Amino acid sequence: MGTLINLFSYGFFINAMLASVLAAVSCGIIGTYIVSRRIVFISGGITHASFGGIGMGYFFGMNPLLGAAIFAVFSGIGIQLFSSHGKVREDSSIAIWWSLGMAIGIIFIYLTPGYAPNLMSYLFGSILTVSAGELWLMGALAVLLLLFFTVFYRTILYIAFDEEFARASGLPVGLFNYLLIGLISLTIVLNIRVVGIILILSLLTIPQASANLLTKSFRPMMVLSVVFAFVGSFSGLLFSYWADIPSGATIIFTQVLLFGLIKGTKMIAKF
Amino acid sequence: MEKLIEIRNISAGYDNNVVLEDGTMDIYAGDFIGVIGPNGGGKTTLLKTVLGLIKPLSGEIIYHIGRDRIGYLPQVNQVDKRFPISVIDVVRSGKAKAKRHFFTPNHADIAKAEKLLDEAGIPELRDKAIGELSGGQMQRVFLCRALMSDPQLLILDEPETFVDNKFEGELYAMLRQLNKRMAILLVSHDLGTIAYYVKTIACVNRNLHYHPSNIISAEQLAAYNCPLQIITHGDIPHTVLKVHNHEHTHDKHGHTH
Repeated sequence: MGTLINLFSYGFFINAMLASVLAAVSCGIIGTYIVSRRIVFISGGITHASFGGIGMGYFFGMNPLLGAAIFAVFSGIGIQLFSSHGKVREDSSIAIWWSLGMAIGIIFIYLTPGYAPNLMSYLFGSILTVSAGELWLMGALAVLLLLFFTVFYRTILYIAFDEEFARASGLPVGLFNYLLIGLISLTIVLNIRVVGIILILSLLTIPQASANLLTKSFRPMMVLSVVFAFVGSFSGLLFSYWADIPSGATIIFTQVLLFGLIKGTKMIAKF
Repeated sequence: MEKLIEIRNISAGYDNNVVLEDGTMDIYAGDFIGVIGPNGGGKTTLLKTVLGLIKPLSGEIIYHIGRDRIGYLPQVNQVDKRFPISVIDVVRSGKAKAKRHFFTPNHADIAKAEKLLDEAGIPELRDKAIGELSGGQMQRVFLCRALMSDPQLLILDEPETFVDNKFEGELYAMLRQLNKRMAILLVSHDLGTIAYYVKTIACVNRNLHYHPSNIISAEQLAAYNCPLQIITHGDIPHTVLKVHNHEHTHDKHGHTH
């Protein structure tokens, strides 16, 4: 126990804790939207497509996360455009962008001379090495999302629930769909460092699934998702440090464990 | 009688596939129009064009009322029943366009939504999740949502699907009451039932046949190629239609042709 308390005297650990708080806020909020709207698969497509940007970042010697952000936003918009205007079925459109992004990433990483440092941390996350600059970006995103979802709460809710009715009542449905895809892309990219491309979908869906066990209302679901995302991430972080195993993967385990605990408690309570 | 909407020679469809061709009709205050026709005949396309969800390929729609004064009850299977939203929020979404208060709850809206739930006889469902409702309860909630904007025209798309017979009767009784305050445009595949409640019938089967001055007879419907499977059901609307002729005021709108 003493070693755990000592942890808080390390700068990297404080950073990691802050990262899990900020990740919980952004993923809790945007994930509730994703899960409610049933666009988990689109989010998976955006996540994996962003790998193309990471590869290009390595190749051109710029910050891989910047490349990932560009790829994420473009694939998000591309998926929508393909299916709405290109008459490609949506799931096929997602798969095209998903695999294209991964392919571009692999080719560029292969072409990059020498060894690609930190590649594993982009794929599987490395919350203990999150930098101060990345924390500021994550903080800015959390504030942006909190503001956006507070100010436009009803518009977002109404469009997500019944897009056609919202359109008939004159709400700017198209604009909000694109804005939200943009915010989803940013959320994914800025949280890649926490759990990685392969595992980011978990932070956008598991805490929400846990929250959805306890509430069937949008706003409480957002709040609970943030709480569960933090509890899962932070306990996962501690456990990974204690057991000396990868943090990203451990966080997924604690998230699922939390889900199982809530589900189990609910089932026992029914008897 | 006040003219609410003029539909002028509209053609509409999806991806260059014309579903509705050269339709013309006027909707007046006090109207209760049943829209019938075969599946794929263009009933829903007509509604969606009037609602502004589809741009007509040609022709125009002239609105004499604000677009926000059209209430809409979509087909019940259109929404995701497991979406995390409470009944009160669904009802409030009917007034999406109204002045929104971002940081303070809008008490007037909440009070209005509660009143509508009261009137629909379901105040106890206020905080229930939409997924916990039965088909009939859900239709009631959607009706409340459609009424949230104090519509002058209420548009309903097959409200009788997925509801039991008891609720169907109650629904039409409610609509008859509402018709005293607003015009109603009701799409249905069940002519036998609606013929008893509506004042006029429009038949949509690629073309739009509507005569505001009288109820068309079963023979005419047959000539229009409208679905007359009900004729084979025995109790022919033939008579039903004729019986209700007298309820309709012939002189109200004048004859259009």
